Amino acid sequence: MLKLENISSSIGSKKLLDQISVSFFPGKINLIVGPNGSGKSTLIKVMSKQISFDGNIFYEDVNLRNISWRDLSKFRAVLSQHTDVAFPLKVWEVVMMGRYPHFTTSPGKPDEQAVREAMHYFEVHSLADRNYSTLSGGEKQRVNFARVLAQIWFSIPGRCRYLFLDEPLTFLDVNFQYQFMKKLQLLEQKNDLVIVGVVHDLNLASKFGDSILLLNEGRVTSFGKPVEVLTAENIERSFKIKPFIFQHEGAMIISF
Amino acid sequence: MQLNRNYTTVWIVLSIALGVVFFFSLRLGAILIGTEEIFSSVSNYFSSDALTLNERIFLNIRLPRAITCLEVGASLAMAGVLMQALFRNPIVEPGLVGTSSGAAFGASLYFVLGATFQFNAGVWTLPLAASVGGALATVVVFLLSHRKGGTQSIISLLLTGIAVNALCLSGVGMMSYLARDPQARSITFWNLGTLSGASWNSVLLIGASTLICFFVSLRLVKSLNALAMGEEEALYLGVNMNRLKISVLTVTVILVAVATAFVGVISFIGLIVPHLLRLIKGSDNRYLLIGSVLLGALLLSLADLAARLLLAPAELPIGIVTSAVGVPVFILLLRRNRHYF
Repeated sequence: MLKLENISSSIGSKKLLDQISVSFFPGKINLIVGPNGSGKSTLIKVMSKQISFDGNIFYEDVNLRNISWRDLSKFRAVLSQHTDVAFPLKVWEVVMMGRYPHFTTSPGKPDEQAVREAMHYFEVHSLADRNYSTLSGGEKQRVNFARVLAQIWFSIPGRCRYLFLDEPLTFLDVNFQYQFMKKLQLLEQKNDLVIVGVVHDLNLASKFGDSILLLNEGRVTSFGKPVEVLTAENIERSFKIKPFIFQHEGAMIISF
Repeated sequence: MQLNRNYTTVWIVLSIALGVVFFFSLRLGAILIGTEEIFSSVSNYFSSDALTLNERIFLNIRLPRAITCLEVGASLAMAGVLMQALFRNPIVEPGLVGTSSGAAFGASLYFVLGATFQFNAGVWTLPLAASVGGALATVVVFLLSHRKGGTQSIISLLLTGIAVNALCLSGVGMMSYLARDPQARSITFWNLGTLSGASWNSVLLIGASTLICFFVSLRLVKSLNALAMGEEEALYLGVNMNRLKISVLTVTVILVAVATAFVGVISFIGLIVPHLLRLIKGSDNRYLLIGSVLLGALLLSLADLAARLLLAPAELPIGIVTSAVGVPVFILLLRRNRHYF
């Protein structure tokens, strides 16, 4: 479980996050939505100890302030928007980077196993020897997903693993977005994995999210099931645009 | 699916080539030294037999020069690998970001003003002056070109490098203007780079810095690999970025400054070697680091042979040889890697 208590963060005099308290549980897809500048990505960065904050964050019962960078990277992985490498690296070399926190000089058997399995899971094993920079945007993001998951591939007895997604779907087409979310649903069934993701598309959020956190101006507008959070009133108040919400075969469709 | 690369062939080929070139760099030069003289000089050195002229040339000039050349080549090439990884750019090399010219300025200050200020730390004085100069110039370039948010724009890096290089070189010019004749000649040789001053002192000092920096760098290669994906991703993989930056800059400055202190400014080795290694077999920094020791030593030995033989019995400054080869490679790289700008 990931517990945030009164989290605030600011750059200069601008408050990016204001008194956010929320808990994310394993076995669920937690999605953060909100307008631009509402603090979604900032929250991900705060949770992964990348920027400073006031308040407390607990990974299970351990305060984030007492977890070193190195230790954190053994059970918390972050997938970002898009990642490019500066030098020609092979796909498997990129995926192997996910294992870097786990070995000192050269990868061991478990590291190779994790890389193999993660690459199969995201169907990028056939690209293993390709040059990463020659891949398409969708392929790259699948490789990165494999890398990020390889980082936390093995369960840790008595502890949760944490997967944060920082707008990972932005540059992907519809097909890739849905494939991606379906993979995420499969992962969700592992009951030691805490998944927290930022998405832009409200329909995607309502379809795949188990709980939705709606942020606006650095504050929590609403947190709960999609039907409770993504109401016409909430959406209009946050996004300043009036939505039309339809029900179709039990699914929610949000249009503007 | 193979999850490792086999570098054995590369190591074997490079080592053999290095051995061959080293052998020739021992024998060839203004005076040809025979293979039997190489052996006899060593055995005569340990027995109390008198040494012939050739044997003395070999022991006191040729051998330390050849070894210094290996060490300098390895140092500069390693520095190139480290800097390229840190700046995430394959066209960076120590000469472009002020390290070499800063070291040259520091050294020329010592040449001209050292006696005036009674500044003396024994054999360490020159390397120390050069290191301080190199470090200052590099840090200035790094800070001035650093943008808020942690990204290093390559254009501002190169432009700042040009400015700081120009400043350092005009400082060197100022010093040679003030200098008396022998000092001025030392400064001029310095800017062109020459191995003719190599001695057993330089072998020991550069050797120590090369060895220490190599082992320190081996511990940094994994973090540098992660940095290929950007600072943010490296942070997510548990890399302490500030510590990494400081370590890499420190190691690079020591490598370049100590080498430069003895042999002057030798450009482009740090650029060409990593590039060739990437062409041979990939961009893993561990491979690049070990490979750069071998290939750097190999290429600089070749360049030194050329410097010794082209105008024999006179000799060319080695910096002229490396620049003549390096500039076309640099331009080629620039044209190929447009997307870095």
